[in-house]
Formats: sequence, C-alpha cells, structure tokens
Amino acid sequence: MAAAKTLYDKIWAAHAAPFDAAGESLLYIDFHLLHEISTPQAFAGLRAAGRTVRRPGRALALFDHNIPTERQADGLDAISDPVARIQLEALRNNAAAAGIEAFQIGDPRNGIVHVVGPEQGRTQPGMTIVCGDSHTSTHGAFGALAHGIGTSEVEHVLATQTLRTRKSRNMRVRFEGEAPAGVTAKDFALALIAKIGTGGGTGAVIEYAGEAVRALSMEGRMTLCNMTIEAGARAGLIAPDETTFAYLKDRPAAPKGGDWDAAVAYWRTLCSDDDAVFDQEIVIDVAALKPLLTWGTSPEQVIAIDGQVPDPRDIADPVRRASAERALDYMGLEPGQPIAGTPIQRVFIGSCTNSRIEDLRAAAAVIDGRHVAEGVNAMVVPGSGLVKRQAESEGLDRVFLQAGFEWREPGCSMCLGMNPDRLAPGERSASTSNRNFEGRQGRGGRTHLMSPAMAAAAAVTGHLVDVRAHASAEGAAA
Amino acid sequence: MTPFTRLSGIAAPLPVANVDTDQIVPKQFLKTIERTGLAGALFYDWRFDEAGQPMPGFVLDTPPYDKAVVLVAGDNFGCGSSREHAPWALLDFGIRCVVSTSFADIFYNNCINNGLLPITLGEADVAALLADAAQGLVFTIDLQNRTISCGGVVRTFEIEPAIRDKLLAGLDMIGETLARAEDIAAIEGKLERAMPWQPHIKREVVC
Ligand code: SF4
Repeated sequence: MAAAKTLYDKIWAAHAAPFDAAGESLLYIDFHLLHEISTPQAFAGLRAAGRTVRRPGRALALFDHNIPTERQADGLDAISDPVARIQLEALRNNAAAAGIEAFQIGDPRNGIVHVVGPEQGRTQPGMTIVCGDSHTSTHGAFGALAHGIGTSEVEHVLATQTLRTRKSRNMRVRFEGEAPAGVTAKDFALALIAKIGTGGGTGAVIEYAGEAVRALSMEGRMTLCNMTIEAGARAGLIAPDETTFAYLKDRPAAPKGGDWDAAVAYWRTLCSDDDAVFDQEIVIDVAALKPLLTWGTSPEQVIAIDGQVPDPRDIADPVRRASAERALDYMGLEPGQPIAGTPIQRVFIGSCTNSRIEDLRAAAAVIDGRHVAEGVNAMVVPGSGLVKRQAESEGLDRVFLQAGFEWREPGCSMCLGMNPDRLAPGERSASTSNRNFEGRQGRGGRTHLMSPAMAAAAAVTGHLVDVRAHASAEGAAA
Repeated sequence: MTPFTRLSGIAAPLPVANVDTDQIVPKQFLKTIERTGLAGALFYDWRFDEAGQPMPGFVLDTPPYDKAVVLVAGDNFGCGSSREHAPWALLDFGIRCVVSTSFADIFYNNCINNGLLPITLGEADVAALLADAAQGLVFTIDLQNRTISCGGVVRTFEIEPAIRDKLLAGLDMIGETLARAEDIAAIEGKLERAMPWQPHIKREVVC
C-alpha cells in the first residue's frame, strides 16, 4: 500500500520530477502572477539571452506595488513619479510583447496580486502558484501550493514554466476551539508567529487544520495563509472544502458545467491522509486567544491588547534582548507600559492581508456612526477595483467617508509605502498589513499590526484600544 | 553568473537578529529596472539620514569594513520580502558571502541565483566569527573544500552538494533546465490531462 501522504506531498507528487541525483526537482508551475517590482530584470534577462516565455497563458500581470491610490482612471497618467512610471510601463510592454494577459491600471479587475488571483477564480485547489512576492503564500488558502520567488526565479519560470527546488518539511498547525468575540484570522496568524518566531517555519510548508480553521471564511483563510511567510515558512496550505468550492463557483476563471463537477471531484481528494506523518505539529487553542497586536518591529513581537509592553531585561538571549531594546527605542515605548491607550496618528486598512470585502465589513461595523478621532488620519484601501465596487454597492464607502476615513483606489499603498501613501517620521499607525519592520510604512514610522476591527476601533478612539471593550465589539467579530 | 571558488578579505560584523530585506534595501530603491547600481541603497536607512546625509557609525561605512567582502550577521538573516534587490545590493557593495546561524528561504535562493554564498554555521561558531570580524581579521573561504578560515582557525561548513556545484561553476540555470525540455513537456502533458479545466489551458486550447 502506498505510504500515507500529506496534502503538500500530493500536490508535490503531481507537479515534480527529479532533476538530479542530489535531490533537486523540477516543479511545474501552473499559474504565475507578475507585478511591476520583481519582473523588469527578469524580462530583460530573457531578452539578453534570446529566450521566450514558454506558456504566456499561465501568467497574469497586475499593477499594484507602485501605483497611486487616486486617479487610476487616468491609467499611467495617474503616476507623477517618473521612475515609478518607467517601471509600470515596462510591465505593460513586457506583458504585451510576451502575449501575457494584463489587467491595466484603472481596470476594475486590477488590484493586489494576492487579492485578484482568488477573486478571478484563477487560484484553484491543487495548483502550483508562484509570484515574485513573498505573500504568494496567500493562495494556499485554496489548497494550492503557492510561494514567493525572487526575480531570477521569475525569469526561470517564464522561460521554463518550472522551478528548480527541493521538497520542504511537512509541518501542521492546528487551531482548535472556538474563537471568542473580537478574535479573527489575523489574531490566529499573530499568535502563531509569536509562538514559533519569524524563523520558526523555515524550510517547512505549513498545513493549517483544526476546527477553527474549518470555521473560517475564505477571506479569513487567506489572511492566515498570507502571514505564513512572517513565520518563515515556504508556504501555507488549507485543504479545500465546501467553503472553498462555494467561493470559487461562478468566478470568471472557475471551471464551468461538466468541468466544474470534474474539478470538484478532484479537489475533494486534496487533503492529508488520516495517518499522514508531519515532521512537526503545533496546536493552538483559539478559545484562549485575545485580540493581539504587535508592539515592536518584528511580526513576532506580539502582545494581547490588554497586555504590557515587555521588558527586555526579562529576555535571556542577548541578541534577542538587543533586538527588543532597539525595537522599543524605535517604537517610542517604555517597558511595562500598557499598550492600550497609546495614542495613534494614522490608521491603514488595506494590504493583501486584510483588504477584502469581509475585512471592510468588519471595520465598518465597528465605526457604527462614530467619527475618526481628532488628529487621526485614517485610510481604507480596498484590495482590488472589484472589492471597492462591492463595498460601494453595500454602502460601506459612505460609512467610512462619513466617519472621516479616506476612501482610496486599490493597490499595496501604505503596506510598503512605495507610492505617496506613507507614514511621517515618528507617526504611529494602527495597520491591518503584515509587516512592522523599521521604516516599512515610511522612514521612522511606527507600525502596530492588528485586525481590521481593531484598527477601526483605534481610528475612532484615537488610541490603541481593545475592540471587545468597544460598544460594537459583537458586531465586529461576527 | 560569476563562479564562486575562493574568497579572501575583511568581514563586517552585524550582530543583529532577523535582519529583514526591507532593511537591506528600502522600498524607494525597488523602482529600478536594473540589477546594478544598488550599492548606495544597501542598508540605506541605517547609513543615511532623512536628508540623505551619511550618518557616521554604521559598520559598512567604518574602515576597514567599507571594503568588506563578507558579512557576519545574526539569526534569520534576509527574512521578509522576496526582493532580489537585497543580494543585488550586497554584491554591488562588494559582499560575496554572508555568514549566519540561519537564512530565510527565499533570500537564500536569491543569493544562490546570483553567486552570493550564504554560509550557515552553529551559534558558537557565528559568535566566534563575529568577534574575529570585530577585530578586523582576514577571512578566507574555500568553497570547494567548504572551509572558512580566520585567525588560524579553520571551520568546515555544510552546503548542499548541488548548490555548491552551481556556485562553483557559475552555471546558467535556465540553460541547464531548458536542456531538459522533454522532462518539462512530460509533466506539463500529464498535468494538462489531469486538470483540463485550468483556465490557462482552456484559453490556450481555444486560441
Ligand atoms: S499589499 Fe503589501 S505585502 Fe501585499 S503584495 Fe502588496 S506590498 Fe506586498
């Protein structure tokens, strides 16, 4: 009898062939997402070597990292930064020359790569998916093997439709129990990173399982898989189920008719065998979780909203202690201070972690007629033009605008601050994105990562606050 | 790609854990469409103030480390974003080898693909090498024999044989893979039969 397999083993076996005796494999890539930052040098490399794109139909190009979040209907003319414009033009021209489909700036289907792939139904269970972006792990929510690659690998995939790689370790993280009010997929992710550290998943593919994962919507599953890379793992995976199929059904690129039935029948086989062995297993009881947020400059520097900023003197490891001291200094926080009540100046609701319709609904529910606190600038950046439209059809834009939020057009925006949206030195932000590194959202900017409901609560109170203590907490957590 | 065989020179100590690629190359330098010209971008926010004036004190601006060819760093080096600009900037500065107790996966691959050698050693060895680097000792790395020597001590490091061969030969990976066109076609054909509903396949068959 064949040995029991994990979900990762199954997808790997379907796509890999041995390359050499030393254990390297060729991994066939089903779907390749392209964006402007990590691709120009790859296309230039192909041209220099006189090579062509093997399967243009397996790629999709989107414009997200660099674009302004206003005036996108003007297309490239919306971009005032000449250097950014050259890069965006390069992607447009490279895609056109190679016969790769692109959703242009201003096309409502354009948006953040990791929002658009699933939204279009291009991301499907059992696929291998890569993109020159570390948060490609997001697509694992569909039971696809998806991970980020560098530009040389982008070039390799364009030319060969494969990657040369080796198999990762199997790791399983089970989220058990029922999440209390105010605890979301974002908190699951932060809890895991706090537990295993930003290097804890290195060399592994993590399968997320357990009743709390089964209970998550596709949006929540994407949030969880998205931050897998912050735990250092190669990819995150969730076995597809009825929730997955319901999400995909009737999406533009989803299989139709008889194809749909054949696809679902195959997708149902995509789960770890009962007796499959994992190299490492971690269990987290979500019933014991509270709303979490980061206090420092690494996504592993996490505390509960009712907790205190840690004291570096309590950390034994000298390098970690030094990192904590540096983080406290950068963040302008004192050891032992309660994190709740810390005043903020900015709020960012967006990024491939939390910019989907459900995230915007959760944030809007907390606002509930209140206004952004004085001195706070708050911004909502939907993940795609279609998310924006959907939110507008539900009246969420009016909720945000009436509360004093800015309602922007889609893109990565202040997640990495390559476009004009960024923090000023010393500004403190409640952000729904995924990285709180020094300078990530703007030089000297201080980022606290949290869920959309927590960020919205911070916006209307003007400081970091426990969403559970907030009048609308029940609605926000629903 | 330039082959990596032997390397000898100064090593800069950077005893910081979890150095992320946002620190190695901040976002404002990602708009380039070139692979070169990034030396000035390396660790920019740690080296220059908001007005772009050099801030004294950062190790890579302090002689002799401005000529460093090796970087010895804390655990989990290169975590975060997949930007290949990180190894490009290190190489452009002159650094061809980074030593740490561990590296983030994508960064590691990006290094290999650019002929930059990441060496993984145990905690005690990295601590000793940090101290040697702080004294300005000369490091010598011999990839064929997998050794890193300095101050009269020779240490052996582990590296996947396939990766070592790739670095030693400075191979054109794409050319090598393309030579296996039959293998690629075989998996491709198998997958197209197994999952004929995939959107890209449908589209290509139609047109
Ligand atoms: S939203 Fe942020 S993390 Fe996501 S792809 Fe864009 S820049 Fe990367």
